[in-house]
Amino acid sequence: MADPIHQFNIVNLFPVTQIGGHEISFTNSAAFMVLAAGGITAFLLATTASRSLVPNRLQSVAELSYEFVADTIQSTAGKEGMKFFPFVFSLFMFVLVANLVGLIPYTFTVTSHIIITAALAITVFLIVLIYGFWKHGLHFFNLFVPKGIPIYILPLIVFIEVLSFLSRPISHSVRLFANMLAGHITLKVFASFITLLGSAGILGIAGATLPLALVVALTALELLVAFLQAYVFAILTCIYLNDAIHPGH
Amino acid sequence: MATTTAHTEQPAGHKEPFPPFNSQTFASQLFWLVITFVFLYVMMAKVALPRIGAIIDTRQKRIDDDLAHAQKLKAESDAALASYEKALADARNRGQAIASEMRDKQAAASEATRKTLETQLNAKLADAEKTIAATKTAAMSNVSAIAQDAAATIVERLTGTKPQEQAVAAAVAGALKR
Repeated sequence: MADPIHQFNIVNLFPVTQIGGHEISFTNSAAFMVLAAGGITAFLLATTASRSLVPNRLQSVAELSYEFVADTIQSTAGKEGMKFFPFVFSLFMFVLVANLVGLIPYTFTVTSHIIITAALAITVFLIVLIYGFWKHGLHFFNLFVPKGIPIYILPLIVFIEVLSFLSRPISHSVRLFANMLAGHITLKVFASFITLLGSAGILGIAGATLPLALVVALTALELLVAFLQAYVFAILTCIYLNDAIHPGH
Repeated sequence: MATTTAHTEQPAGHKEPFPPFNSQTFASQLFWLVITFVFLYVMMAKVALPRIGAIIDTRQKRIDDDLAHAQKLKAESDAALASYEKALADARNRGQAIASEMRDKQAAASEATRKTLETQLNAKLADAEKTIAATKTAAMSNVSAIAQDAAATIVERLTGTKPQEQAVAAAVAGALKR
């Protein structure tokens, strides 16, 4: 049976440089990151090059992605949230394309590595902290003090609020990472059942149709998950940014 | 893709850590994530999103302008319709005024004609009545003269004497009065 973990291996394609004693190589993961960032940029620039008043299909896709993310921000963080529009848009598109490309067989899923999702989540966390303190100063601590709470349970509430705030980057990053990892492992396991059964004679080939059907269904589910997790990542980012913009509960 | 190199790089029999938790790969991943994500962010923030935003804004502005233009044209046509209807109503009113004026004038004229005709007819009627009365009086005086003659003749035939003229006239007048 094929190793379901093998698909997550990082392969060094060629070394690049050395920073602080760490070897920096161009890896398969790097290749797919370059593909995602370059692909998104090339697609958006190519489809909007004609700046048509009446968009063709591909320009509609570009505009749709723009309006989708813009609506998401405005519904969760209000008009002021549009300051972070390029950041949230980049985040959403990067995660979405990385997730979707990873579903193609023999590709690598950038977002199935905790270091990537953690780095993105910590970036969001730091932006919330820095923008919150820069914009509101010490009033940013109001975030942890809900209004209308009796004074005797306030310490407990503040403790819970601080704890939940600090655990945000963990849940934010693990959610995406775990979804991608689990989905790809499941797909791989069921796909390997097909070859396993298929090599066991005529009866096995008949039996292999069941996992094949399952893999087809799972692929559809994983497509949904790939989109949904990118959306969840983006909308959680918006909700956290909303805290930095409006710290009062 | 490069799956074969993965195995050639790892020494045989070496237990590989679970790849997502292999900290040796973190530096490279973070390095490329920073490069690609910063590139993506700059391209989105400086080129792609302003362009798409401008396309959408231009379209929205065009739609708004067209709608405003259509609204203006509609208002203009409404105004033209209103002025047309006003002109029509004015013309109708004027027509009615002229018609009623004409009707009044003609009625007055025919009334005047009728009046003069009536007075003329009345005058003629009065003349005729006068003539009738004169003729009647003349005829009545003739009747009494004939009656007196007849009475005188009758009395003369019966009595053989000619009655006195005054007595006959008185008797006839008395008989006529009854």
